[in-house]
Amino acid sequence: MKRVAAPHLGTIKMRLTCPFCGERDHQEFTYRGDASATRPPMDNGSIEDHNTYVFDRTNPDGEHRELWNHTSGCRMHMVVTRNTTTHKISNCEPVGPWTKALGGKS
Amino acid sequence: MSGFRLNLREGLGRAVDHDSKINFTFDGKNYSGRVGDTLASALMANGVSIVARSFKYHRPRGIFSAGSEEPNALVTVHSGARTEPNIRATELELYEGLEAKSQNRWPSVNFDVMAVNQLPGKAFSAGFYYKTFMGPSRPGHKATQFWWFCEQLIRRAAGLGKGASQADPDKYGRMNAFCDVLVVGAGAAGISAAERAASAGAKVILCDESAVAGGALLSSSELLDGALAHDWVADRLAELAENENVTVLTRTTVQSMFDDNTYLAIERLADHVKTPGKHQVRQRAWNIRCKSAVIATGAIERPIVFAGNDRPGVMLADSARRYVVEYGVSPGRAVCVFTNNDTGWLAARDMAKYGVIVEAIVDVRKDVPDAIRAAGEESRAEIFLGAAITATSGLQTLSGAQISEFSETTGEVGRKLKKIGCDCIAVSGGWSPAFHLTSQQGEKPVWDAELQAFLPGEATSSWHVAGAMAGKFGLRHAFRSGEEAAVKALAEAGLGEGESDVPRIEGDEIDYAPAPVFEINTGGKAFVDLQHDVTAEDVRLAHREGLVSVEHLKRYTTLGMATDQGKTSNMSGLAIMAEARGKPIPDVGTTRFRPPYTPTALGAIAGDAYGHLASERLTPMHDWHVAEGANMYANGPWLRPESYNRSGESVEQAYIREAATVRKGVGLVDVSTLGKIDVQGPDAAEFLNRIYSNGFAKLPVGKARYGLMLREDGMLFDDGTTWRLDENRYLMTTTTAGAGQVMEHLEYHRDVVWPDLKVALASVSDEWAGVAVAGPKSRNVLKACVNDCDVSNEGLPFMGVRQATIAGIPVWIARLSFSGEMAYEVYCGAGWGQALWDALMKAGKRFQIVPYGLEALSTLRIEKGHVAGPELNGRTTPLDLGLGGMVSSKKNFVGATLLKRDAFHEESRLQLVAIKSIDGQRIRGGSHLVKGNKDQPGQTEGNTTSTCFSPELNCYISLALLEGGNARHGEKMFATNPVRNMHVAVEVVSPHMVDPDGGRMHG
Repeated sequence: MKRVAAPHLGTIKMRLTCPFCGERDHQEFTYRGDASATRPPMDNGSIEDHNTYVFDRTNPDGEHRELWNHTSGCRMHMVVTRNTTTHKISNCEPVGPWTKALGGKS
Repeated sequence: MSGFRLNLREGLGRAVDHDSKINFTFDGKNYSGRVGDTLASALMANGVSIVARSFKYHRPRGIFSAGSEEPNALVTVHSGARTEPNIRATELELYEGLEAKSQNRWPSVNFDVMAVNQLPGKAFSAGFYYKTFMGPSRPGHKATQFWWFCEQLIRRAAGLGKGASQADPDKYGRMNAFCDVLVVGAGAAGISAAERAASAGAKVILCDESAVAGGALLSSSELLDGALAHDWVADRLAELAENENVTVLTRTTVQSMFDDNTYLAIERLADHVKTPGKHQVRQRAWNIRCKSAVIATGAIERPIVFAGNDRPGVMLADSARRYVVEYGVSPGRAVCVFTNNDTGWLAARDMAKYGVIVEAIVDVRKDVPDAIRAAGEESRAEIFLGAAITATSGLQTLSGAQISEFSETTGEVGRKLKKIGCDCIAVSGGWSPAFHLTSQQGEKPVWDAELQAFLPGEATSSWHVAGAMAGKFGLRHAFRSGEEAAVKALAEAGLGEGESDVPRIEGDEIDYAPAPVFEINTGGKAFVDLQHDVTAEDVRLAHREGLVSVEHLKRYTTLGMATDQGKTSNMSGLAIMAEARGKPIPDVGTTRFRPPYTPTALGAIAGDAYGHLASERLTPMHDWHVAEGANMYANGPWLRPESYNRSGESVEQAYIREAATVRKGVGLVDVSTLGKIDVQGPDAAEFLNRIYSNGFAKLPVGKARYGLMLREDGMLFDDGTTWRLDENRYLMTTTTAGAGQVMEHLEYHRDVVWPDLKVALASVSDEWAGVAVAGPKSRNVLKACVNDCDVSNEGLPFMGVRQATIAGIPVWIARLSFSGEMAYEVYCGAGWGQALWDALMKAGKRFQIVPYGLEALSTLRIEKGHVAGPELNGRTTPLDLGLGGMVSSKKNFVGATLLKRDAFHEESRLQLVAIKSIDGQRIRGGSHLVKGNKDQPGQTEGNTTSTCFSPELNCYISLALLEGGNARHGEKMFATNPVRNMHVAVEVVSPHMVDPDGGRMHG
């Protein structure tokens, strides 16, 4: 039988405010990486640019824009601005085709 | 130490029921105690002085404290599967039938053969094991081998209790709680904070680690509103408990403070009884999310370090006082108090008041306030000022103390003053605020020179400190700071200020600031960390050897690394290091505390999340498979039939029969487990065209196409067929195990990468049941049951998709083949699954249709050279697997650009081949392909991925990844598997072993 490790009770906890669902435990979310990495447009076939998108990360000490997915909730993506030193979250905004309807930027 | 129960008198033994009797055993001997006792107080009352042996030297150790900071009195309780080691006797509530055992001793705690470890003196200093046993080679041993040899002996000699190896039989619970204000610690500060918060209508959770809340109030000699503090607390807690907005949790330790006002507390519901009741949970983990918190965790008394300070009988002064006042137990026949602050004097007074003989009060200070001197004189003890205890005597336990002159300014020891006979030294070196929780959050503590202690520092998020934890010692400060913290917390929770209600306090005004004396250095063996046997000399040795950082000090000497995490020892260790470095204490710094505050049972962390956690997903036809004798097998989250074994058949015989039947006649297999994603929208075609490596833009309605999905780095990610059901609607199928990942992959690209595309995605894996019908007679079976659809080669050509009905059930039929035979996949609503299966079985009866399982499915696709999970291992590209023709060069898609990197096009890469067993031996998965014979196999050049016995080729075959495999068909090699002692002669062949032209599935 396949065994799965116990959830991270007692290790690390934080709360994230999903723009769609409200404040939830971070266990409901999946981290999807650095939100500042953007895929080169469809007409860009440069290996170097794609390499940057896939592999190059800055690992900043301080404010970091991160992409999270509310996997065990609404499954929507959001960009969380988190301070990597203090863990303080200063912003959380939705991304996706529906952000305009929610008053988002794109 | 030879403690005893004191004669009953007013105000004595407030925590225990004097008329009760509880029987328990310690190391197999029978004793009795009282209701309200801890194991420590009961052992003390019975005159048991040696309760443990130390970690390294196996020195006898006695009870040192009266709370969770205890370094010495660790015991093992229960037996069998419930065995639990390293339980602090000072916290363990006595219950009828308690069985406790001492640890780290052989044969007994009073006589331990390993105690010879202490004889060589300096030999066992810090780093001894590593210096002695690691390092340069010894004759006959390489260095590391020699260490490994010695390590097993060392590990046996050093260590604490042994845990159980059986599964824990107890149940553990979990609670998710929300509140406005969480109050940690129910002493004077915590209670006043909780009351103030409750008065403003806040939802409050108040946690205390003890069985009875009250903290220092329980043994305080002060009067509150004219009542004994002990009684006042009981009334106030009863009032709080009646408030429906307040939850009071006792026996509940807040173990961890996390980000964003989340806390983990462990409530011990059944550790004070012999075994939990039926269905009762033993411990409960509370996940508490609050708007704000008041941390009032108090302070921990620390000792002064002096030579011979680990003899059983040396203990903390306030703890000694608490044993007297709370439990009515005297810690000894003759007590000597040694202090650098007022705490010791009050301890002497209170102990003497209840009949304990206090022989002497020794204070390093030259002067003490008159009020304190007067309090000390009440004890009728001989008073030594400007003096220190410089040595102790005794065989196993303490029998005397040497008092000498001492200068608190120079730290120098002067002439000997007197040797006093005593069996208990009550020592107080001041108080260290318990800032563990805020330290866990990374808040740097701040040095307070007056209190000679680190304080928690400024709060940077929604927590506020109060009471002794904040350096606010004494009841007046505690009550006031508790209320002040509560007001701040209320503001953060968006509530009003509430009402103040501080009791009238009558009692001592004392000064908790100690003289800055941490150690009396006379060169004798003086212990800093009692649990890990770290001496003051070890700390100085670390300094001499250059390990001056507090983090290095900790790791080199193991100071503060034991189960008590240095609660009573860290401060002394820091002070000694600071002195050795000639720097002030704050410049040396502190280590950061990590969760949990006290050792926590793994069961409580796991809660009910243990064993097989993922739910088993069952297809609509599951019961039928089981009834037909199928072995069910986990594939991703699903259970699937492995094979349908007829009586007497092995799995191998069954799958060979099933696969052979599909090649000759017809079979059917449950494919409901495939991931299915409904893709809709005006841009669905464009979206799929960007996701798949092969073209999807021109797929016509009514057609399916096999597609490859790559990761952006060019590696293969998943594969499957996608059917165009309508102009703007597709049904995508994925591998069974990959469904979840593919869904996330699609959602990511839809939301983040191309939010301008109008596409909707829905997981429909559970909505559709699927059956694949395969074999040369599959069309005959469909003809016999399908209505409303022409299933001839013209009506339903290869890769065609049609709607139809079977036995009245609406279905989609797609002509797809995984087996390489003529085959169809038939999908219907999940609720119809069994009815569809029955209809196909019925229609197939005259064609001798058989159900086939995962093994036969796999055999058929291996024979055909179709790839699956074992080949899509995250390190293969389409080119590696011979699927280069499915990589479009005309369009951009996920993975297109990075797949062009040169390294992916090298001919030496691992490429897909098949191998056939030449000598008739079975080939195992995970075997390596080598050129050499069994004795000298040589370097691996590849490995097998999917293996089976092929009924079509009548031999064992395997798909394999082989270096430059495309150019090596026909080569003879060996598939070697040293683990299974197998070395099979094989021939490398093309992976398309059956019907390479595809005539069968196109026919």
